[in-house]
Order: sequence, then C-alpha cells, then structure tokens
Amino acid sequence: MSEEATGRKGARRGSWKLAVVVLFMFGFGFALVPLYGAICQLTGLNGKSSSMLVSSDVKERVDSNRTVKVQFLTTVNGGQVWSFSADQAQVEVHPGKLYTVYFDAKNQQDKDVIGQAVPSVAPWNAAKHLHKTECFCFSQQPFKAGEAKHMPVRFMLDPELPADVDTVTLSYTFFDVTELAQQNAPKSSTPQQTISPKS
Amino acid sequence: MAEAHAHDDHGHDHSHDHAHGPDKGIMRWIKTTNHKDLGTLYLWFSATMFIIGGLMSLAIRAELWQPGMQYFDPELFNQFTTMHALVMIFGGVMPGFVGLANWMVPMTIGASDLALPRVNNWGFWILPFAFTLLLSTFFLPGGAPAGGWTIYPPLVLQTGNSFPLLVFAIHLMGISSITGAINVVVTILNMRAPGMTLLKMPLFAWSWLITAYLLIAVMPVLAGAVTMLLTDKYFGTSFFNAAGGGDPVMFEHIFWFFGHPEVYILILPSFGIISTIIPTFARKPLFGYASMVYAMGSIAFLSFIVWAHHMFTVGIPLAGELFFMFSTMLIAVPTGVKVFNWVATMWQGSMTYETPMLFAVAFVFLFSIGGFSGLMLALAPVDFQYHNTYFVVAHFHYVLVPGAVFGIIAAVYYWIPKWTGVMYNETLGKVHFWWSVIWINVTFFPQHFVGLAGMPRRIPDYAVQFTDFNQISTIGAFLFFIGQFVFFYNILRCALWRTGMKPATARVWEGAYGLEWTVPSPAPYHTFEDPPHVTDAESPWAH
Repeated sequence: MSEEATGRKGARRGSWKLAVVVLFMFGFGFALVPLYGAICQLTGLNGKSSSMLVSSDVKERVDSNRTVKVQFLTTVNGGQVWSFSADQAQVEVHPGKLYTVYFDAKNQQDKDVIGQAVPSVAPWNAAKHLHKTECFCFSQQPFKAGEAKHMPVRFMLDPELPADVDTVTLSYTFFDVTELAQQNAPKSSTPQQTISPKS
Repeated sequence: MAEAHAHDDHGHDHSHDHAHGPDKGIMRWIKTTNHKDLGTLYLWFSATMFIIGGLMSLAIRAELWQPGMQYFDPELFNQFTTMHALVMIFGGVMPGFVGLANWMVPMTIGASDLALPRVNNWGFWILPFAFTLLLSTFFLPGGAPAGGWTIYPPLVLQTGNSFPLLVFAIHLMGISSITGAINVVVTILNMRAPGMTLLKMPLFAWSWLITAYLLIAVMPVLAGAVTMLLTDKYFGTSFFNAAGGGDPVMFEHIFWFFGHPEVYILILPSFGIISTIIPTFARKPLFGYASMVYAMGSIAFLSFIVWAHHMFTVGIPLAGELFFMFSTMLIAVPTGVKVFNWVATMWQGSMTYETPMLFAVAFVFLFSIGGFSGLMLALAPVDFQYHNTYFVVAHFHYVLVPGAVFGIIAAVYYWIPKWTGVMYNETLGKVHFWWSVIWINVTFFPQHFVGLAGMPRRIPDYAVQFTDFNQISTIGAFLFFIGQFVFFYNILRCALWRTGMKPATARVWEGAYGLEWTVPSPAPYHTFEDPPHVTDAESPWAH
C-alpha cells in the first residue's frame, strides 16, 4: 500500500507540473502572434514589410541600367463602399529612384466612413526592398459622404532588389473600419505620415 | 457492459474504502470514479456520436447523389460538413480512444485505477454538455457553424448566433481532453506495477502516453486560437482582422500547429491497438518492440514541424514549401518502420483470423493506402492540384475510418470478452468485418478519382461528369452505415443481453499476453488493488 501511496503522491505532483505546461502552451498560442509578426517583418513574408517608412530625404542611387515593372492592384473588401483605382495600372521604374503615383477613392455611400488600406507586396522577396515615404495606407482615411480623394504614394525600389525580380505587384485592399475605429484606437502600421515635398 | 463487473467476486480481506461494488441505478454512472465505469461511459458516448456524425455524413452523401440541389440548401449542407467533422473528431474518435484508455491503461500496467479518479469523472461529464452546446446550434436562428471544421477567419466570423456556442463547446472539449491526458500521463508514470519498466510496458499504454503528451501540448493552443476568434468578433481585437493590422493567414498557422499533432492524436492509439492485436493472433511476440516505441516518438516530434503542408497554397516562399514538404515526407520513415514491423510480426506466424485480427490486418493495408495518398499530398508542387479537392477527402477518410475507427472497433472486439465475460458472436463479427471493409472502399476509393479530376470539397453541387463516381460513393456510405448496426447489436448482446452467449475464459485468446489477461473475465469491478507481479512470460515483447 505504501508503494501505491507514493505513486499517488507523485501523480498529484506530476499533475500540477502538467497543468503548468497546459497554461504555458495556452500562452504560447498567443505568443505566436508577435512571433509571426516578427518573422514576417524580418523576411517580408506576406508582403508585410512593405509599409516600412523611410524619410523623404533618402539618398537616391539610381540604377538606370535596370528597369522593373511595378503593377498596382486595388481591391475593396466586402461590398461597394468605395470606388477605388490606381491612376496607372503599371509603371516602369529604375531601382534607387523615388516615384510618385496616385490612387483615387470615392465614398459611394451617403454616410461618413473611415477606411484603412492594407498593402501587400508580391513576390515575397521584393517586399523588403520596396520603400514608401508617403502612403495613404499609413493612417486611417476618413471619408465624408460622397467624398472623393486623390491620394499619392511615393515609393522607391532599392537597388538590392533580387536580380530575378522583374515585376513587383503592390496591392491595396480598402477595409471599412468605421466600427473598429469607434471601438478602439487604430492599430495603424506607422504612426505619422511623412509629407513629401515634390514628386 | 452495465452489469459486467457489478459483482466484486474477489473477496478483499483488507478494508479499503473502494472495496465495495458499484452504486445502484443512475447515480452509479453520474457519481462513479471507477475507471471501468468511466471507460464504458466514454465508449457509449463515442458510439452515440458516431451515429449522429454518421447520419450527417449520410445527409451529405444523399445531397451529392446527383448534381444540382436535392434535399438541402447549400447553407445547411455546409453546416452538415462542418458539424460532421467536429462531431466525429471530438465526439467520436477522441472519446472512443479515451474510453479504451480508461479501461485498458490501468489494466495493462497493473494499476488499480487512474491516478486522478475524480478528475476522470469530471472529464467525462463535461462532454455531454459540450456536445449539447454544439448540437443545439442546429436549432438556433442562422443554424449551426458552416465555415468548415478548420474555422478559418474571416469566413467563420460570419457565423451567426451559434459562434460563441461553438467556441465554448471547443473550450469544454479541450478541458475534457486535457484532463484525460494529464490523468493518463501521471497514471503511467507513477502507478505501474513494480517491475514494469517503461520498456516492458505494453504498446497500447505507450501509444497513449505519447498521445497524451501531444494533447497536453496542442489542445491549449486550439483553445487560444478560438479565444482570439471570439475576441475578434465581439471585443474589437484584430488578431486575424487585416483591417486592424491582423492577418487571417496567421490563424491558419496557429490552427495547424494544433491541427497536425491532432491528426496523430487520432491515429497513435490505433497504432498501439494494432501492435497489441497482431502478435496475439500471429502467436508471435511483436517484431521490433523498441523500434515501435521510438517510431511513435519520432512521429510525435515530427508532427510539430510539418503544419504548413496543410497550407501550401497560401503563398509561402519556396524555401518554406521545401522544408514542409521534406519534413512531411520524413514522417513516412517511422510510419514505414511500424508497417514493416506489423508485417514482420505476421511473417511465419501461426495466424488465425478472428474478428479483431481481421480488422487489424485491414487496418495495416488500408491505412497504408491513406498513408500513400498522404505522401502524394505532401509534394508541394502537385498539392496545388489536389488542394481542397475530394482527393484530400479520400485521403483523410482512409486514415480515419479504416485507420482510427477500425482500430477502435478492433479493440472493442478484442477486449469485450474481458469487459463483459462473454464472447461476442464470431459469425456476426465476421459479417460486420466483410460488410464494412467492402463498403468503406466503395465509399471512399472513387473519391480519389473525382478529386484528381477536380471536384472541390465542401460544395453541394458538382459538374455532371462526376455523377457516376458520386453515386457509387453514396451507395457505399449508406450500406457501410447500416452494417454498423450488426456491430452495435453484437456488443449490446455482450453488454446487456448475455443469455445464451458463450462465457469467456480469463485468457480469452490463446496467444494473448499481458496483465489484463491474468484477471478473471469479466474483469472484477476493482482489479490490482494489490500490485501484481510482472513476469517475463506476460511481457514477451520486451526481450
């Protein structure tokens, strides 16, 4: 019997240890969130680092021997809240040079809404080489009923862009965040917007 | 099974407060802390869920009898596919294995009960509440969850009133599984009979020890994931909401970090069962006992680093595709070790084909088919064609039905004489086997073809050229389901209507070894109150 009593005591101690493991793994599930964010930021997976901001006085090192196509995609999430399009579907750029392109968005509803554009870059290994100094995606965009906006994006591909990349796609999806903005402070990817002096 | 062990015919001369028979009436089952009673409850619960989940699959197959809409609107069809999976995985297979663990882990390691009997009672009685919550969603406005059992956002966040019930049901199932798993681990590590070292332990106990660790590691991650979904929907967080800076693809990563170990939770106990049954009927010790243990350990380890093979098409970089492809293919090595060991155990054995052995041999063959289609799916370049088609459906049903479920059925046939004290009807057992093995292949084999030809899963309509194969599938599903009532009749005879059934001996099977066969049949309500002596004769696999 004493042997069984020791067994039961060990079992109780073991159970508490395993309960701690359970709590740890519950926390680990949540820890995956910042971990995933960090990995995406580091590698450019999911086009994550595309919203990286460089100051507008960044040194231009133009590589005029190389031409890369940059294509723009615009999507509106769920329904027809906005019309949303790029002025040009595609531009040809030299790495190391700053360019400005424009996007048009119009609130098609007769009430005020707040929009947040979420960018994504493909292919994934181009993501960390696309730098933006100005973008409407840096902050939430309030639209009055029926309001139209002409919005610039100022960007540069750095010369370290992998040689096999000849086309980069920059995609924006507009989300209606009116409810979310009322619920809590926005989690915008960067706090302030840099104003570029000229194009 | 109800009264099988009602009489404690072992006179206990020591005064132990457990040394009395069970209570009478319904309170026996509600208050019980006896591992055999709880095992029985788990197994009946599992059988009930198999019938409910099976009826949903018949609804799905009826709708797919021909193209176009037959009986259900697409929304209800999607509710059936979603709930079929949740009920079968969390209500059928997992409680079935836990029931077997309840009955057999203490008896095979010479322990008197599980280490935490009250926790065991609680773990079981959570389940009826969890599944009442889950199944009640069919009657809510908006119906049951319909976004697939993988509950991907943003789709699942469109679920109506049933969404919080789904989340809380998953929380409850998780608590039940975790408490059961902790119980199994501490029982095995602390309550083994003196002399039973870990490497003398029967493989069923080994398979459950490893499964329990997997459960402890990943069920909390699922609980975290569904909690995040809940706060995203109701409390304005943006874990998976792209508009607020979150990422829906991250959910897939977290889900499959749980999901892939989960699929081994659904098969490892079957590996243990098959490793127990084949040596008995081959009348040879298991070939490669130690390698079986290490193979299960390796499979468990690898299951944590392969999750993204479920999401090759979401856009992960080439290096990632290659890593997850090769690590997945690596799992075929320990699995192959197991299959070859089973075959080597049968090699030159004096084999007889009683019903448990028939199911075990069918397991080896049909599980391997599922394993091979799994290897095909592991190949990232071709997965882009197979992804989300009926080929995937065929694959995981081959590993789950002739794999996990045949394992449970084989175990019930193998041990039910020990539980009830009477032999099941062998003729009906053989009828059940041949009926099942034929119709399960008729059901699922054609799904490989329609899948390769491009029929997507989870859609109630399909292109006309898939009609013939779908009709074959539907016929197979209905006949397979009907045949299972032969099995239920057989076990009900053993459990409740034993008159005229042949009594079982203590050993039951000529070639069976292990501590569970050293006690009388039916097993007394309390076994191994005094720890048994572990002899080499009862653990022939260990040398």
